[in-house]
Amino acid sequence: MTEADGSNEREMTVEARGETAASRRIYWFRQGLRHLTPPAFILFGAFLGFAGLCREAGVTWLESAFMTATIWALPAQIIILGASTAGTSLVATAFAVTLSSVRLMPMIVAWSPEMKGPRTGTGSLLFLSHFVAVTGWVFAMERLKDVPREYRTIFFAGFAVPLTVINTVLVAVVFNLMDELPALATGALAFLTPTYFLCSLYGSSRELSGRIALFAGMAALPLGHLLAPGLEVLFAGIGGGAAAYVAGRLIEGRRLR
Amino acid sequence: MSGDLSYYGIAADWWPFAFILLAGALPTYVWRFLGVVSSGKLDETSPVASISRTVATALVSAVIGQLVFYPSGSLAEIPFSIRAGALATAFAVYLVSQYRLWAAILSAELVILGWFALV
Repeated sequence: MTEADGSNEREMTVEARGETAASRRIYWFRQGLRHLTPPAFILFGAFLGFAGLCREAGVTWLESAFMTATIWALPAQIIILGASTAGTSLVATAFAVTLSSVRLMPMIVAWSPEMKGPRTGTGSLLFLSHFVAVTGWVFAMERLKDVPREYRTIFFAGFAVPLTVINTVLVAVVFNLMDELPALATGALAFLTPTYFLCSLYGSSRELSGRIALFAGMAALPLGHLLAPGLEVLFAGIGGGAAAYVAGRLIEGRRLR
Repeated sequence: MSGDLSYYGIAADWWPFAFILLAGALPTYVWRFLGVVSSGKLDETSPVASISRTVATALVSAVIGQLVFYPSGSLAEIPFSIRAGALATAFAVYLVSQYRLWAAILSAELVILGWFALV
């Protein structure tokens, strides 16, 4: 359990500095941009896979890129794709997406105080929160503590905004290039996404119940497929998640005794 | 719930985009918004927060499961045993390599490419 989760320093050293020169802001934006190499590559792979899944689902390249830019949460995007092929209603789809993205809230609750500087407004946090997903969050929790508070928002923007833009363009371009690729290549690309999710979710879950939930959700899916065809993802999510919570509590309770 | 309001429920070019915004972007953004607004006020150790995390995790893993158990398109052309084997291999490599995501992804792809080379 030696996972680099990024420390959670909560102290608010409000240092009142003078005018922030534009050149300093550009400097910190570029510092953020410079980190856009190793973690981002893996995410590129996941979005290559998403482009592959989009093609299979039969949506257009513009819709695929639009999903990436406006949702920016890969599980939610895949739920939308699933809904497009299954003909799921708007309400049921929105409900599944709502459940799938609850984890954004605790992530952003931890992220906000890290981002705050002496003059950071709620408006800029609300804007930048759109760019928080697993990769951006891990980056923020690891790197923000080394950045002066007044430049943290610009530093985060330097990493996270280009990350979203690049992936949006990538989805659009790869989608259109895929005509040339054999079926095996699109299958191999599409498989990047589940691998990425399984591993990164396991790595970022801090609690035992979260790790159990990962297996419970998958195990409950065939059951959901039998009992509630069409709504199996919701079934497996709620049923598996509740079971994992109970199991986690029971195991932790036994440990304490 | 009428099935009419689905992704292709309204025959207009703009409807899929409206569907993406209403069913995808809006519900996601609500959590981001609540996160910023309630920052510092939420008890992350409460049972409600804890159970919402397990449900969210299980839901995402069900989405992964759907790609492995019931895929469509070119993923469906890869046999189930290879799909499940590739995912299991990736997970094992992830654990053994001490959480190296690239190693996990590479091993899954090697299983799939290896299967293709043999067929």
